[in-house]
Amino acid sequence: MSLLELTLTRLRLFFREPSAVFWTFIFPILLTVALGVAFRNRPPEPVSAAVEEGPGAPELAAALRRDSRIRSQVVSHEKARTELRASRAALVVSPGPPVSYTFDPTRPESRLARALVDDALQRAAGRVDPLRVVERRVTEPGSRYVDFLVPGLIGLNIMSSGMWGVAFVIVETRQKKLLKRLIATPMRKGEFLLSFVFLRMLFLALELPVLLGFARIAFEVGVRGSLALLVALSLLGALAFAGLGLLVAARSTNTQTASGLINLVMMPMFLLSGVFFSATNFPEVMQPLIRALPLTALIDALRGIMNEGAGLAAVARPALILALVAIASFALALRAFRWS
Amino acid sequence: MSESLAIRCRGLVKHYEAVVAVDGLDLEVGRGECFGLLGPNGAGKTSTLEVLEGLIEPTSGEVEVLGLTWSADERTLRERLGITLQETRLPEKLTVLEILRLFRSFYLRGRNVDEVIALVSLEEKRSAWYEKLSGGQKQRLAVACALVGDPELLFLDEPTTGLDPQSRRQLWDVVLGLKAEGKTVLLTTHYMDEAERLCDRVAIVDRGRVIALGTPRELIARLAGHAVVEFAVDGALLDENALGSLPGARALRRSAGGYALTVDRVHVTVPALLAHLEASRAPLERLSTHSATLEDVFVTLTGRQLRD
Repeated sequence: MSLLELTLTRLRLFFREPSAVFWTFIFPILLTVALGVAFRNRPPEPVSAAVEEGPGAPELAAALRRDSRIRSQVVSHEKARTELRASRAALVVSPGPPVSYTFDPTRPESRLARALVDDALQRAAGRVDPLRVVERRVTEPGSRYVDFLVPGLIGLNIMSSGMWGVAFVIVETRQKKLLKRLIATPMRKGEFLLSFVFLRMLFLALELPVLLGFARIAFEVGVRGSLALLVALSLLGALAFAGLGLLVAARSTNTQTASGLINLVMMPMFLLSGVFFSATNFPEVMQPLIRALPLTALIDALRGIMNEGAGLAAVARPALILALVAIASFALALRAFRWS
Repeated sequence: MSESLAIRCRGLVKHYEAVVAVDGLDLEVGRGECFGLLGPNGAGKTSTLEVLEGLIEPTSGEVEVLGLTWSADERTLRERLGITLQETRLPEKLTVLEILRLFRSFYLRGRNVDEVIALVSLEEKRSAWYEKLSGGQKQRLAVACALVGDPELLFLDEPTTGLDPQSRRQLWDVVLGLKAEGKTVLLTTHYMDEAERLCDRVAIVDRGRVIALGTPRELIARLAGHAVVEFAVDGALLDENALGSLPGARALRRSAGGYALTVDRVHVTVPALLAHLEASRAPLERLSTHSATLEDVFVTLTGRQLRD
């Protein structure tokens, strides 16, 4: 009865706080849209080459124009050099004979331009390739950036709404002396804390469908593995971060300290856990640490299930990490919790 | 024996590191009594109250509430007590009704929420968010939260501090209503008029001890006389001993640029005082009399004003 009232109270307070609703539901969607659009798969950008004026230049330019992978223009000698220095052109082609290429070989883009331009000019001059090849292009769902991003954002959302929703709210309750007022009633302390855990579960039931549904409709991001496993891992993640939130809230008496602590806990994971780019980019020595972070565990598991169709065995390790974090943080938090 | 007492505490001591907040306080409050702890800020009233409420542990001393102890019967006691803290901010974006329903849900038995809303006259604010309430309404809601469990014993910590006169009177009506229902009320205040109006008995607390105990009327009669004559003279030095022994006078003290004389019989002392001043060639600058109050009791006992 009072657990129900406490949970209802938490729900009411959440939905009456527009900024909380924004950060939990709207912000992740906006972020998905922004990043999904920014990194959407486009046809590869053509390389740009400047053709120096002179006899034979129009023919060179005409040959290059036939190749859609190259964008070219005919300019004066000085202008060509300026374009090259400013990186607006990756390569300068000077009519010959012999035709010469001016470029900076340390720039990958310039090396690519050299290869493409040379290929186009040689073919135009009549080269025939002795080896027949075919190209197979891959841009199927599951390997795009947005597919990588969505599980990362779901993980990030579970972390930040758990930390703020538990830690900040509890510390605010303590700071207002409301916690003290509550424990002066026969309210059971366990029910008070349990109401936060319940709320996290309820929220997950809202957050997950909203984010997954949106990603599905807008970007055709699907779940290859088991949906039940995805929900189970998200739940474990939510518990782990609720526990960490409780731990942060255990002794702080004002919201400024709590905000600082929350950020202190979240920032390393925000940076290291591979939300926006793969955590494997970090140096080898950091990997054991990064692997042990609960957010890395959660995101790896979500990515595995969503993109690779990973089964229970494949996510056992991250699931174990999350369960351990949840148990340890709840146990420590309850021991240290300051009620007044 | 102790069943007839709502509160019994003996030799209560509470230290906060180096600070002694309560220094050997004894207290007995009978059932159905409205009892006031009166004293200046920092006298130890709130610490005493919070020990009695089971919110803080005493450094030493015995405490029995409703014949029970906190260590053995915490849950039972919580069900039977209602409290307001000196400062609690309830959630801004919950309505009066929602807050009371929440508090009601903590108690096994209690009062109907609407009945309690009527009791503190918040019917019109039933669906208003807490943040929209005035100071007086917030305070009445705090009292309502203490009432939903239908407590036998109520603790009110400075229920009217910071309220305007009208809100204070509204709150007094609520407390008087509870008294009429036979509830035991223990309140702290530093307003004399509040204690005189509401309390059957008061304990004056200073520096963590009870320095006077009794009904407001008794204390005033015993310690402050019936009236206080305040006067000032222009310049001249007066013989304080002679003034203190004027007929009908009890004691003289300096007060706000003049003197205050506590007296039992104004009509005897004032003519004698005027004659004395005349004889001492001290021109009278002002003279006023008022009935003695608990404020005067406190000043008599400690030499300090209550609201310093």
